[in-house]
Amino acid sequence: MGSRASTLLRDEELEEIKKETGFSHSQITRLYSRFTSLDKGENGTLSREDFQRIPELAINPLGDRIINAFFPEGEDQVNFRGFMRTLAHFRPIEDNEKSKDVNGPEPLNSRSNKLHFAFRLYDLDKDDKISRDELLQGKAQLLPVEDRGGRLGQCKVLRMMVGVNISDEQLGSIADRTIQEADQDGDSAISFTEFVKVLEKVDVEQKMSIRFLH
Amino acid sequence: MFLLLPFDNLIVSLLGISLTVLFTLLLVFIIVPAIFGVSFGIRKLYMKTLLKIFAWATLRMERGAKENHHQLYKPYTNGIIAKDPTSLEEEIKEIRRSGSSKALDNTPEFELSDIFYFCRKGMETIMDDEVTKRFSAEELESWNLLSRTNYNFHYISLRLTVLWGLGVLIRYCFLLPLRIALAFTGISLLVVGTTMVGYLPNGRFKEFLSKHVHLMCYRICVRALTAIITYHDRKNRPRDGGICVANHTSPIDVIILASDGYYAMVGQVHGGLMGVIQRAMVKACPHVWFERSEVKDRHLVARRLTEHVQDKSKLPILIFPEGTCINNTSVMMFKKGSFEIGATVYPVAIKYDPQFGDAFYNSSKYGMMTYLLRMMTSWAIVCSVWYLPPMTRQAEEDAVQFANRVKSAIARQGGLVDLLWDGGLKREKVKDTFKEEQQKLYSKMIVGNHEDRSRS
Repeated sequence: MGSRASTLLRDEELEEIKKETGFSHSQITRLYSRFTSLDKGENGTLSREDFQRIPELAINPLGDRIINAFFPEGEDQVNFRGFMRTLAHFRPIEDNEKSKDVNGPEPLNSRSNKLHFAFRLYDLDKDDKISRDELLQGKAQLLPVEDRGGRLGQCKVLRMMVGVNISDEQLGSIADRTIQEADQDGDSAISFTEFVKVLEKVDVEQKMSIRFLH
Repeated sequence: MFLLLPFDNLIVSLLGISLTVLFTLLLVFIIVPAIFGVSFGIRKLYMKTLLKIFAWATLRMERGAKENHHQLYKPYTNGIIAKDPTSLEEEIKEIRRSGSSKALDNTPEFELSDIFYFCRKGMETIMDDEVTKRFSAEELESWNLLSRTNYNFHYISLRLTVLWGLGVLIRYCFLLPLRIALAFTGISLLVVGTTMVGYLPNGRFKEFLSKHVHLMCYRICVRALTAIITYHDRKNRPRDGGICVANHTSPIDVIILASDGYYAMVGQVHGGLMGVIQRAMVKACPHVWFERSEVKDRHLVARRLTEHVQDKSKLPILIFPEGTCINNTSVMMFKKGSFEIGATVYPVAIKYDPQFGDAFYNSSKYGMMTYLLRMMTSWAIVCSVWYLPPMTRQAEEDAVQFANRVKSAIARQGGLVDLLWDGGLKREKVKDTFKEEQQKLYSKMIVGNHEDRSRS
């Protein structure tokens, strides 16, 4: 009869995802429905184009970086497990979880993992350090130099967030100041530990969590 | 073998009698009322019975689900995640405030935590966005015995399956042939009628006949779809020289509105059957048909429409400013073309009840013929039409603001979500200008202070 989303997800798979991500039965079913509605090719995986088809994501200045977070190294397709694993980072931290067993693996939505997700958005070359180059374009980039407004070709993170509205010099000084304030071991880059230290007071649990209505 | 011969005759005569009876019933109960615009109330009774059956079916499924210790999949049209309506500025300030212990008398330039805002917003849209869900059929909360809307099929008991099978039989073997016969009658009467009226000399008699031929044929088509329509505020119906705008869900919208009023249609010239109908209609009444090439030329379109409305004796134009079919849960951006012409706008809100049959035309998924087949094998098309009071463009408004004002009025009346997004996003990519707006907003936040200082 009907070939709707909730009928195609096997119970065993649902249980595995539940264990891995901590989402509830109905939440997983709903997100599976969402996954299939995004999957225009109907082949059980999402490509980057499928994400870019969401208008509100396409206008997000960091849209491409966020989409990238779903795809493991070198791959162009993400299946439902991978989709859920990435979304799990944004599950709110429940009180009873804080006292869970220390022996098990760290849940995907722990404070540390949420911070790690944000860190990875900055860390373009995945070397576990945020360097000046990654915040804005480095001098070695050779692109045709247009006027001060035109250098959008280089998708460095800070540049992505501000577009053409800030000059290179100003942006450069912003990046330098940020790194200076966070850097503690003097390597002119921000490591994950330094990143965590800078953000230790920020309410990460709330700001990097998405609450379900049901 | 010989015993079958008298039975053959019997079968043939039985067939003949039943066909005659059917045809008479058709004529008396459906076509004649359509011609005179009256109703026996059969459709309303049908609707009430169906509702009772649907409620029972959902109850059975819930019971079946409970027995398996599962929960029924219930769709939520209001979204599945909680979204804060705070702006970019407020959110980022809040994040910074929570992270900083020093007093903030002037906003700092940039914080590493700013990324949290964009990150979370992006993830929210991946889980549930406002736009893409408008381009697929709305999900129902209770099952209506159509396999196409069933999401919980493993909870169906034997009794429910039998009921469903009965439903299929009724819909495909009884309702469908009836509807096809009616549609055929309606369309051929329209083509023949308007062509004949076209031979008459221009004058009041021709107009009178043309109006009634159009109305009669549209009413037959309404019955061909078993459309049960409730009209509200008919005193606000569009008058001559005005423009009627409505939200667009399907080509059926035209039939629904035109069966209650006499409009001049606007549209592209099609080939095939549609083209035949269009050519016939324009003989009796001055509809505005555009060639495919002319549609791209916005000035030409605007000019022809303006010419039409300026002649006060001309019929009101029927336009759907969204430009494409939306799934009737929201109203998307109205294209400003029709609002620049300067005529009185008569807004109309159309809201379908998807319980009896979803009227949304998903043109990327189904062709026209498949769509019509789905329509004719649904239980019914139930909708409400509200005629809103006329609106005109105020002095200080421009066309876009006027269009948005009309759109809000329609959305409010129909209980639909008012969106600023363009319906064209169904097929096209969003423009970069929106992203640039976001970037500008954020840039102001992190260097706004510096600019002020450098200017002074």
